[in-house]
Amino acid sequence: MGRVDNKNYPGPPRWAAWLLSRLGPEGLEDELQGDMQEMHAFWCRTAGLRKANWRYLLAVMRLIRPFSRSKARKLKSQPEYRTTFIFQPAMLRNYFKIAWRNLAKNKVYSVINIGGLAAGMAVAILIGLWIYDELSFDRYFQNYNRIAKVMQRGTFNGEVFHGEYNPAPMGTELRTVYGDDFEHVIMSSWTKDHILAHGDKKFTKTGNYLSADAPDMLALKMRSGTRAGLKDPSSILLSESAAQALFGETDPLGKIMKIDNRLNVTVTGVYEDFPYNTEFRDMKFIAPWDLYVSSEQWVKRAQDNAEWGNFSWQVLAQIAPNTDFDAISAKIKDIRLKHNPEVAFLKPQVYLLPMSKWHLYSGWDKAGNLEGRFQYVWLFGIIGTFVLLLACINFMNLSTARSEKRAKEVGIRKAVGSLRNQLISQFFSESLLVVAFAFLLAILMVLLILPLFNDVADKQISILWSNPFFWLCGIGFSLLTGLIAGSYPALYLSSFQAVKVLKGTFRVGRFASVPRQMLVVVQFTVSVTLIIGTIIVFRQIQYAKNRPVGYDRNGLITVAINTPELQAHYNALRDALIQTGAVTDMSTSSAPATDLNSQNSGFSWEGKDPNFKENFGTIAVSHDFGKTVGWQFVAGRDLSRQFAGDSSGMVLNETAVRYMGLKDPVGKTVKWGDKAFQVVGVIKDMIMESPFKTVTQTVYHLNYGWANVINIKLNPAHNNSESLAAIEGVFRKFNPGSPFDYRFTDQQYALKFAAEERIGKLASGFAILAILISCLGLFGLASFVAEQRTKEIGVRKVLGASVANVWALLSRDFVVLVTIAFGIATPIAWSVLSNWLQKYEYHTEISWWIFAVSGGGALLVTLLTVSFQSVRAALVNPVKSLRSE
Amino acid sequence: MKRAFLGELEELVLLTVAALQEQAYCASVTQTIEQQMARSISFPTVHVTLQRLEEKGFAISRMGGATAERGGRQKRLFTVTAAGQRALIECRAMRSQLWEQIPTQVLELWGA
Repeated sequence: MGRVDNKNYPGPPRWAAWLLSRLGPEGLEDELQGDMQEMHAFWCRTAGLRKANWRYLLAVMRLIRPFSRSKARKLKSQPEYRTTFIFQPAMLRNYFKIAWRNLAKNKVYSVINIGGLAAGMAVAILIGLWIYDELSFDRYFQNYNRIAKVMQRGTFNGEVFHGEYNPAPMGTELRTVYGDDFEHVIMSSWTKDHILAHGDKKFTKTGNYLSADAPDMLALKMRSGTRAGLKDPSSILLSESAAQALFGETDPLGKIMKIDNRLNVTVTGVYEDFPYNTEFRDMKFIAPWDLYVSSEQWVKRAQDNAEWGNFSWQVLAQIAPNTDFDAISAKIKDIRLKHNPEVAFLKPQVYLLPMSKWHLYSGWDKAGNLEGRFQYVWLFGIIGTFVLLLACINFMNLSTARSEKRAKEVGIRKAVGSLRNQLISQFFSESLLVVAFAFLLAILMVLLILPLFNDVADKQISILWSNPFFWLCGIGFSLLTGLIAGSYPALYLSSFQAVKVLKGTFRVGRFASVPRQMLVVVQFTVSVTLIIGTIIVFRQIQYAKNRPVGYDRNGLITVAINTPELQAHYNALRDALIQTGAVTDMSTSSAPATDLNSQNSGFSWEGKDPNFKENFGTIAVSHDFGKTVGWQFVAGRDLSRQFAGDSSGMVLNETAVRYMGLKDPVGKTVKWGDKAFQVVGVIKDMIMESPFKTVTQTVYHLNYGWANVINIKLNPAHNNSESLAAIEGVFRKFNPGSPFDYRFTDQQYALKFAAEERIGKLASGFAILAILISCLGLFGLASFVAEQRTKEIGVRKVLGASVANVWALLSRDFVVLVTIAFGIATPIAWSVLSNWLQKYEYHTEISWWIFAVSGGGALLVTLLTVSFQSVRAALVNPVKSLRSE
Repeated sequence: MKRAFLGELEELVLLTVAALQEQAYCASVTQTIEQQMARSISFPTVHVTLQRLEEKGFAISRMGGATAERGGRQKRLFTVTAAGQRALIECRAMRSQLWEQIPTQVLELWGA
């Protein structure tokens, strides 16, 4: 390395010098910098550039902070070199004052900024709370991690099915043979409507018959009495709310009451109601399983004779502490095969479904893959994130756009002596202030919206005021947004050179607006996707609603048969009802028209392939059922009293005819077990299950003994409430022991859409918010652009541009961006939604006009938003815009 | 107060400060030592030594004398305090005393 002459002397390495200036010992940076520069020149002269650089570097390393003492020098003699203390209270106060003034000066921006961000945050908080609620479902139970349902799966005609219905001897089997693996095995009769009566107070309450150790498994929180109370076979445990309803303020313990008007039981305990987000929230009372067995002949038979073929009950279990679900599932999987080997073709497997999966994994598709609410948790999680992202993008866009106007302010501040750190903290404190306002506003919004949201989402959610995690998330997120949004002005603007900015030679780069444009594209991609999604969800619901149901729901009500009195006097009841004039017809059936609750096999007919494993929906009806619900016949006739042979009559639905492969079904004989039935008619498919599914092949046969509900057709000529009053009178007479509870079939049918409508409502709510937030952002940006180009517009107008020209000039950019966004959104929406629609057997098609409408709508909204600003800018008198400066 | 003590390096640096008179600052001291003593000494060492001397009260500093070759930055100029002068003199006296104890013949043998 040769000597370096003066002209070419490059000076010390910049980065090392920078390092020294940043990390040098406090108060000495300047003199050291100077000394070192001299030394470098000296070394350069004496030892060459390379050695000089090397020595310089070594020296810097030894001088910078962690390796050298910084306090070394008392600064008493050099007051002018004291470093500025960044977090001086006076300065902090000043930052907030300036921030406040800036907000107050640009009211529109402030409102857009804070409002938009708050809306986004509110949505995110709501969705967050919803997800929290979903994930904490059932965690109320102490033994959450050890409770399971006994389930079984199998394959039928190539389709995997799962069932939680179990035979009665299952409980005994698990308790005796696999006793070591289980802490508790609980038989359950399902939570159903029952009549509770004490004195003259009668209520229909939902409750369950459970084995005696159920209170221990569920870890009931007893208000009075003990968990052991259920061991007495004629006892009942009441929930607090049921006890309150029945006994008011008096102490219910030891009181005798009646279940379903026939079982006398003693109240042995009162437990805290299960919270709303638990599986057993409807369990308002618990009665002993043994009472159920002894009072119901068919249950007693099933249990005593160990009927492995009767799947009617639920079995819950708590596993022993030292085992796990998979191990036990593997042990018990062949129980069913052992006891009824004839179903081997189903490949049945018994297994345990842990409590943690009950709620979120509610079902399986045909291939056996899990599906259920966790998909919605994901969906809404994603939507929430996106809406929040949109709001943040807005916030960042607007604050960066605004900040460019403040370059001059930065210049002046620097000239007056502001340090860079001070500028950085000023901008950060501004964006943090805005975020803090937005967060408070968001919490307020959530408070206002929560009741409505709970209503739509069928939840009882409240803000988790006392949950530190909630606050951590909220405040952590606010800080993050504030820091990210503030980082551009804070770090970029503060780096300007004061001289350049003030001289006017400072220019924002050509590509400064590129990130902003990208953000707009992202925003509109999300919005358009949400619009398309909402339209398709509603189309799907409408499509299913328009589906012919095959019967007449109008004025149809059902009353559950819950006492023996009702069943015994069919004809008398029917006559009495018709006599009131309020009723056109009445019938009984094994299920209401909206619920196909029984499916059976064991059918045979002429021409049936002996290897065909058939399965039919089975409904028992009375003669009048067809007239009551308004069956629509495609062949044959209704069941009638005039034909004695109809006592073994059967009506098929169209699907059943196709399923059986019958050419001319009327008059054919169908055998179910040993009993032969005569097909008298074929009806149009009646939708009894989900309207999104294909209809199950169903047989309707005459059987007065198998009746669970009374169907009543109200007289359309009469006022419904008067009719109901008249009917209630009749029921009081025939069934004095129970309250008169009825259900409107059309309401029950509407419930089948509840899940889909819920998604639709939530999705449309979010879509509207997303669009609103995007538009707010667009509005802000457009006004910023219009302001920035005031002079340009003035010059153009002077040169002869028309208002339309200027409008087109300003709007074009945004239209291009939205078009790009639409281009990105279309394939995304298409693939996601066609997947979603595939879930439904009965689904609408995605047609092109949905995309056209969404794209057109987005474009229209954009134009409207932007036009407001661009037209205003175009109308300004150019003299005004050009006069200044 | 413990007796002021000058280490070998401290003595060297303080002497240089004294020798450079009005122009004693860290860089010049380092360069002088390097050139005149032909002894390689690193800049940070001198910097730390100067700081220590000032702490001990042997030297005092003031700011001044910015030049172009140091980017217009001020120098920290050092001067020897009375205590420093005394310490230097004491050092020299002690050495002279030892020198004088060496017999002249021996010194002649060394060729001094």
